[in-house]
Amino acid sequence: MRDTWQHTWTIAKRELVGYFASPVAYVFIVIYLLLNGFFTFMLGYFFERGEASLAAPFFFWHPWLYLFLVPAAGMRLWSEERRLGTLELLLTMPITPWQAIIGKFIASWLFLILALALTFPVVLTVSYLGDPDMGAILTGYFGSVLLAGAYLAITSMTSAMTRNQVISFILSVVVCFFLILCGWEPVTRPLANADWIPEWLVRTVASFSVMTHFVSMQRGVIDSRDLIYFLSAIGFPLFCTGVILRGLRA
Amino acid sequence: MIKVQNLSKSFGSKVAVNDISFSVERGEVLGFLGPNGAGKSTTMRMITGFIPPTSGKITVGGFDILENPIPAKRLIGYLPENAPAYTDMTVYGFLGFAAELRGLYKDEKKKAIHRVVEMCFLEAVLHQSVDTLSKGYRHRTCFAQSIIHDAAVLILDEPTDGLDPNQKHEVRNLIRQMGANKAIVFSTHILEEVEAACSRAIIIDRGRIVANGTPEELKQKSDLAGAVSVRVLGMSAETVRQKLNQISIGRKAAIVKEDVTSVWARVYPQANSRNGDLARSVAEISAKEGWKIEELHTEEGRLDEVFRSITLPDTVKEESK
Repeated sequence: MRDTWQHTWTIAKRELVGYFASPVAYVFIVIYLLLNGFFTFMLGYFFERGEASLAAPFFFWHPWLYLFLVPAAGMRLWSEERRLGTLELLLTMPITPWQAIIGKFIASWLFLILALALTFPVVLTVSYLGDPDMGAILTGYFGSVLLAGAYLAITSMTSAMTRNQVISFILSVVVCFFLILCGWEPVTRPLANADWIPEWLVRTVASFSVMTHFVSMQRGVIDSRDLIYFLSAIGFPLFCTGVILRGLRA
Repeated sequence: MIKVQNLSKSFGSKVAVNDISFSVERGEVLGFLGPNGAGKSTTMRMITGFIPPTSGKITVGGFDILENPIPAKRLIGYLPENAPAYTDMTVYGFLGFAAELRGLYKDEKKKAIHRVVEMCFLEAVLHQSVDTLSKGYRHRTCFAQSIIHDAAVLILDEPTDGLDPNQKHEVRNLIRQMGANKAIVFSTHILEEVEAACSRAIIIDRGRIVANGTPEELKQKSDLAGAVSVRVLGMSAETVRQKLNQISIGRKAAIVKEDVTSVWARVYPQANSRNGDLARSVAEISAKEGWKIEELHTEEGRLDEVFRSITLPDTVKEESK
């Protein structure tokens, strides 16, 4: 058991060091923070709203922001291993494939969490200007972390499918975009009003969306159903990653 | 240490490895020979557990690679074809990573890295990124990774590929030294390497084992083995050939080449002739005829000739006759 964690951590550590070995990590973080600021203060009308909350101006944009940034951070996870041929090296080490999958996932997730943590000035700003509900902000951050994890797990899966990072990026953007749209109000409302689509169908499809589950977390509510959704949205693609890697070797 | 039984692997309808069985014990260096695409790499990938066999059984140190992969993999050091390495790491970081996955931490890790860096001459590039290494250094870095845990079993897929002659020599020496107390399998298509480093060689062609023996045994299969070559000064080729053809223990005599001053001829032995008899007969004839002999020696047989005669497709064999 100790070995399992040691190996997972060794792989995660290598991956993290890999991020910071090139300027990519720094470029990513800077762009991430700039976009976050732009969305919050310009598009989100943070000041004009006059309310001490981060839900509408800040967390609201995360599903859209992550749509491109998370696949960009995770696209190399497996495709790079395949391109370099190091996959053969890694999988002939005395480790299980799961240790590698989890280790790599954790590394990228930690990286995204670090980028998210660097948005702390926005929290300082809102608490300087007003008296926000800190519980709601924490819940929002928690939801945002889970959201990033779900996108990342999907990227891990698409990354294992190909040795080309660009293809991996595009595939995961498409899948994540679908997960947004199928529960996004501007899309679901006209569909629900259409006579020829039964309402239960729209609602079932919408329940697969990250939007329906992230919205309540933005407002500070942690529902066990949302938690289960996000955990399975992380777990299932990771499981698929394992299946794909197994298929590659057969 | 390694036991391979009735191993087969097909990719779709293409059979890459077809019913191969062999075993390697501690203290043996097994050379894996064969033309490109013969199934060498596929076999090695199955032994190391990277791809599962279609049928057959592989055990390493008594552990089945499919049923008990972790303890089996612990015993193996593996250098994959083309020596892959993480390009974004330094040599030191890469070796450290390999060491940790092999269960070596802290002081043990440092000691292991130090040992392999010395063995593979990597001091000069230790803190350089793998990206910036020349092919020879990158190859040796990956090789160092395979021996970092001093494994009992080494599987090396073309360990000297892309190295310069000096580096090849070093790696061969290293393999021979380590072969004293390990079970080593290495693949190559350089035949001199087999003679230099192997205690046993297997020739594999189109997925099957076509020859298995010590390099000396394989050489005996050569048409050339035991033949006597002679260089005669100032005689006509035809006379030399006729006289040599009269040797009773010779199968046939042939002219290899001739120029204005001398004739190179060769006498092939009959199947059961004793080594040395034929050379003596040739010497006797030359003495009787008063030939001026410039050179006389018994051929050893050449591995490349054996290799060619065994692995050439039948159609090509017909043509070359």
